Amino acid sequence: MLEVKNLSMRFGGLLAVDQVSVDVQEHEIVSIIGPNGAGKTTVFNCISGFYKPTGGQILFEGKEIQGKPDYRISRMGMVRTFQHVRLFGNMTVVENLLVAQHRHVNTNLLAGLLKTPDYRAREKRSLDRARYWLNRVGLLDMANREAGNLAYGQQRRLEIARCMVTEPKLLMLDEPAAGLNPAETRELDQLIVSLKEDYHVSVLLIEHDMSLVMGISDRINVISQGRPLASGSPEEIRQNDDVIKAYLGEA
Amino acid sequence: MAAENIKHAFFCAVITLIIAYPILGLNLIPSGAVVSLEGADGSTIAAIIAAAVVVFLFQLFRDSIMARLGFLSRVNPLSGREPMPQHKRARLESWLLTGIIVLALFWPFFVSRGSVDLATLVLIYIMLALGLNVVVGLAGLLDLGYVAFYAVGAYTFALLSQYTGISFWMSLPIGACLAALFGLVLGFPVLRLRGDYLAIVTLGFGEIIRILLNNWTHLTGGPNGIGGIPEPTLFGMEFGRRIKEEGNTSFHETFGIAYASEHKVIFLYLIALVLAVITALVIRRFMRMPVGRAWEALREDEIAARSLGLSRTAVKLSAFTIGAFFAGFAGTVFASKQGFISPESFVFLESAIILAIVVLGGMGSQIGVILAAIAVTILPELAREFSDYRMLVFGAAMVLMMVWRPQGLLPMRRIHIELKDQG
Amino acid sequence: MQDLLYFFQQLINGLTIGSTYALIAIGYTMVYGIIGMINFAHGEIYMIGAYTALIAITGLATLGIAWLPLVLLVALICAVIVSSSMGWAVERVAYRPVRGRHRLIPLISAIGMSIFLQNYVHLAQGSRNIGFPALIEGSFRMGPENTFQLSISYMQITIFIITLVCMTALSLFISRSRTGRACRAVSQDLGMASLLGIDTNRIISATFVIGAALAAVAGLLLGMYYGSVDPLFGFIAGLKAFTAAVLGGIGSIPGAMLGGLILGVAESMTSGYLSGEYKDVVAFSLLILILLFKPTGLLGKPEVEKI
Repeated sequence: MLEVKNLSMRFGGLLAVDQVSVDVQEHEIVSIIGPNGAGKTTVFNCISGFYKPTGGQILFEGKEIQGKPDYRISRMGMVRTFQHVRLFGNMTVVENLLVAQHRHVNTNLLAGLLKTPDYRAREKRSLDRARYWLNRVGLLDMANREAGNLAYGQQRRLEIARCMVTEPKLLMLDEPAAGLNPAETRELDQLIVSLKEDYHVSVLLIEHDMSLVMGISDRINVISQGRPLASGSPEEIRQNDDVIKAYLGEA
Repeated sequence: MAAENIKHAFFCAVITLIIAYPILGLNLIPSGAVVSLEGADGSTIAAIIAAAVVVFLFQLFRDSIMARLGFLSRVNPLSGREPMPQHKRARLESWLLTGIIVLALFWPFFVSRGSVDLATLVLIYIMLALGLNVVVGLAGLLDLGYVAFYAVGAYTFALLSQYTGISFWMSLPIGACLAALFGLVLGFPVLRLRGDYLAIVTLGFGEIIRILLNNWTHLTGGPNGIGGIPEPTLFGMEFGRRIKEEGNTSFHETFGIAYASEHKVIFLYLIALVLAVITALVIRRFMRMPVGRAWEALREDEIAARSLGLSRTAVKLSAFTIGAFFAGFAGTVFASKQGFISPESFVFLESAIILAIVVLGGMGSQIGVILAAIAVTILPELAREFSDYRMLVFGAAMVLMMVWRPQGLLPMRRIHIELKDQG
Repeated sequence: MQDLLYFFQQLINGLTIGSTYALIAIGYTMVYGIIGMINFAHGEIYMIGAYTALIAITGLATLGIAWLPLVLLVALICAVIVSSSMGWAVERVAYRPVRGRHRLIPLISAIGMSIFLQNYVHLAQGSRNIGFPALIEGSFRMGPENTFQLSISYMQITIFIITLVCMTALSLFISRSRTGRACRAVSQDLGMASLLGIDTNRIISATFVIGAALAAVAGLLLGMYYGSVDPLFGFIAGLKAFTAAVLGGIGSIPGAMLGGLILGVAESMTSGYLSGEYKDVVAFSLLILILLFKPTGLLGKPEVEKI
């Protein structure tokens, strides 16, 4: 579904990403791991259109998307989360989910002012979808709370719900387990696997937390200092010497 | 520790003296080409010294004072109470609204002409503030050149009436749409700009428009402006003592009542009222529609909004355009009210005043903005002796609000959406 | 020959004004470089400097002191002291408490401060413009008699010299002194600088004070050059200086100097060849063009959006 070939990203004199290749098939969970500063988020930013890569090719469902703007890529069915939670803090939980479904609703001003049947039907559907996902991540009774007032773990779940409500094909999660305690991390595990299994979403994951990654990934790519280091199944990676060396500096 | 405090407090007091005494205490008196200096009178000097003392004491006891005042910033007159069940609240709101509107409809017949005139001005500012609220309060785009759209609405009517004799009613939609067009055009270049730059560029646009209006004398009358702007008519009936246009009848003659100058003032007021209500209701609808949610998402976190498929271009342009549209309304009414417009009415200060209204009222909150517009327009009238200090107080109020209560006097309350529990 | 002289005249006028814009622009650029916000009230600080200088000069005249170098020096010192104090106070009152909040808030606070200061002076000193004595008179004239002559006034030369001295002093300060180095560190990375033990609050205050001092100098110079002051002239000057700062690359001090000169010359050329009324439009148009096509300015560093 997603093919990244020899992606490079240069910032002035710094080559942050050097010839990285990743691919994600339907119905699988792929992880990108690597020590801090390896360039993982930069790869994400390139794929999701927030940066214009300086080299390489990115294909989504066969179409070239490198260099396309972020919102276009998102509308093609690829949504992402961020390292630091980016919710719409002053809007309620439910509003966060409604605004995410922007492309599924009727945005015509006149239709909205006149409350045409099509407008009302679409609003209702988006409300239903919001309710469903809030229920799924256990935030239904927080629906009218301001998103900024949620606990950190809840915010993380809301972020994922917000992504799912857009009915994506590929979900890109940037360090979703950051800051979560072990119990929350396990819940996250189950959630992500369920997203793959029950909702047929592919997941591309950046993570630092090895336990999360090893448990749920179908395949793992390791990047160090912007360059690809290794790629394969969790088993293979676990036994790879280079990977172990790269991580030896990590506590 | 105490010594540090005293040193710091003393330093602040000295600074206060330095910034106060030369400017306040020594007045420059120009007489012809010669300038002389005059010491200010005793009360000013006393005030300066008092200020320094106050600063000294404040800095000294700062922590305890701030602790006691801290509660002010957290006061929310609406919180604490149990939120009303949704349907009850909706009903209460519609009753209240109806009551207010009925009051507003009948009120002008019982008060002086001057009051009605003032009320019309208030309604104009309400429209302007609600429009700017869309751009600044909802979408988070700091537009400092909003007055330009106001000017477009006013000048469109003035020019149309001067060159083609078009009536108020025809000019209203044209002016609003033209203002919206300007909003679109002005919106394009600023799409990629971040907050501060956006502010300056919009300010620049506002100034450019004003300078152009001032200098294109053959078209816009330059600093002399354009006069003879007609008042609105009611089905061809004019409200003046004598008819100005061929073919129109006169209101007081048609209804067989004595001419009174109040008639046209009240009529314009009622029109302004209707337009203001339309503005408020339409924007209120927008806030509950995808477009309004998109605005707020943009304000909250543009990057997250983009990551969800929201086109920053479309959202920003829609905010600018719609905000400008309502400024066009206000401009048309203003031109009709004054009968005469000139670039003097469209200076940056106006943009700043409207911005102050939005900020003081609570960015995003329609009710807060309406109340602030009323307060800002009426208070200077009530305290005539202090009118010189109006802008000084505005400036200070803006700073104070941002420091103490950035959410505004009446912060925006989120819409409660009922997610009925289904299986 | 005529045309060439005329051109050079505009050039010289432009460079003169431009160097004063540069002085004011430095204040904007330093503050932006350090805390990433536009000090809207900076134009008013410049205006206050001009007023204070005038008050000092008038005061000295009243006392019968007229020796030019002394008058200028005293006026300069007074203007710098008052402006710097004002700059310091503005930062403490309107900016420090709101640092770090959602970007609209410091901006609105700054605008409020700007309005407050304009009206403060307006109420204290009246709204009409007040004449500023042209203390330095006379000029060099070049060119054949009976036709257009190139004139470089002593005032213009004074402006050049003083701004040059200030720029040099500033450059030395930034590169050699401890505080200057700290300023550079803080403008690069505020968090890191504070971790390294630099008192960032003190440095930020220092930045405001330095900018204000330079603006005060500009106030004195331009007051003399234009011959009058009024409470609102800081606003336009501030906008133009900000344009200059952006033109040169906001955050870059050499950029502010370059931008100021370019803007001054552009304005002067417009005034000389098109019409004086449109010279303000030039500044705004330049600003808009630069922000559209090269927002980082001529000497600025390209900013990468941190996601």
